Amino acid sequence: MNGLTTTSRAPKSTAQAGGKGASETLSEIWRALETLTDPEIPVVSLREMGILRDVRGDALHGFEVVITPTYSGCPAMERIHDDVLATMQQLGHKASVVTQLAPAWTTDWMTAEAHEKLRAYGIAPPLACALSSTQADASDSTTHVLTFARRSATNQKIACPQCASDNTTEISHFGSTACKALYKCLACLETFDYFKPY
Amino acid sequence: MSASSHADTAHIDYLLHLADNAVVLGQRNGEWCGHGPVLEEDIAMTNMSLDLIGQARMLYQHVATLIGDDATEDSLAYFRDAQVFRNYTLLELPHHGALVGYALDNRDYAVTIVRNFLYSSLMLLVWERLQNSSDTQLAAIAAKSIKEVRYHVRHAGDWLVRLGDGTSESHDKAQAALNHLMPYTQEFWTGSDFESIVATSGVGVDVSGLREAWEKQLQQTLSEATLQIPSTTGFITTGKQQVHSEHLTFLLEEMQSLARRHPEGVW
Repeated sequence: MNGLTTTSRAPKSTAQAGGKGASETLSEIWRALETLTDPEIPVVSLREMGILRDVRGDALHGFEVVITPTYSGCPAMERIHDDVLATMQQLGHKASVVTQLAPAWTTDWMTAEAHEKLRAYGIAPPLACALSSTQADASDSTTHVLTFARRSATNQKIACPQCASDNTTEISHFGSTACKALYKCLACLETFDYFKPY
Repeated sequence: MSASSHADTAHIDYLLHLADNAVVLGQRNGEWCGHGPVLEEDIAMTNMSLDLIGQARMLYQHVATLIGDDATEDSLAYFRDAQVFRNYTLLELPHHGALVGYALDNRDYAVTIVRNFLYSSLMLLVWERLQNSSDTQLAAIAAKSIKEVRYHVRHAGDWLVRLGDGTSESHDKAQAALNHLMPYTQEFWTGSDFESIVATSGVGVDVSGLREAWEKQLQQTLSEATLQIPSTTGFITTGKQQVHSEHLTFLLEEMQSLARRHPEGVW
């Protein structure tokens, strides 16, 4: 297979099907995709999570929807992939889903509205990565630990999503999903998930 | 073989080395699923296994595109035999000290924690440098993996201090685990052909150059944990060069049996 294949392409100007403008079609797609959520956090849309990165292409040649994975092993990604394809099919568009690794997803991409929705749903939203102690040098080891006490507790206060008290403590660094840690509020005594900075 | 095909083979071997490391430790640590010493640790260990298996999948997918033909992530993970795997021998060892049986009861969480610390603190350095790999897909995988391995180092480091500076029994178990596993880290620093080729080409990283930074991190954590660094002499294992301990075969048998019994099976 040495020869280059020549594909004849329709000129750009005739690429819009049904007389709808390209930008109109794209906004229709974005609106439809806005209804899709992360299956593990059903209150936040894929766009607000920063998972849905781009929609490109046109009605004639088909669209490419670009998504990026959160954690490497996140089992929700396949469902998200299928949900996006199904939505594009419902709209009657030829589409493929492209999974793009770089730039790597970060919780810093989550929108302010996403933070509010998470809090209302009972999940403490992530601090900015720059503030997170896991991103800094592991040199803050001043506490001398005698028994099975916690060692590298974060200096940041994570506010309880139930009662807003910041008198909270980390129970476990790994929680109900890869992206969350388990916390307890010492004021209202409820446990809650904290979305870890990534 | 021409120079370029040497480089291509080394590139693939290197990616398989990284992928096999991740999948073997992911599978090994996954053995704690449902058997963790406490519920929080059960969840933590399975979460970290999920990260490792996710990293392995990205790497295998990348290798499959380089190999072409019919290679897939599944063919690479499930249909290669132990004698072609390239993981460090350290990662295939069971969760217990030398010379004890295979029973679940013999598992020792200190071995799990010490191994995770030795390996994840190395990978913190490796992924950091691989973000600048000339293989852009590997660089992208590194940029994701480093975020995850930071949490793994923190978890293992916290527990190493809790165990080492805990009760006399937890201290002794942590020290014994360290004495058992430390000699296996010699494999990190012992060069191999494929590693030196990728280090020169800019695809990979020269791991022996990371030794000082790794030892410094280890020293810091061990002194906080009141543990002694044991000597690292003796036999140098050769897992990355495809010569393994007997333990890998059992691990792969469990991991691969379903895929081999029902090839192409879906549900």
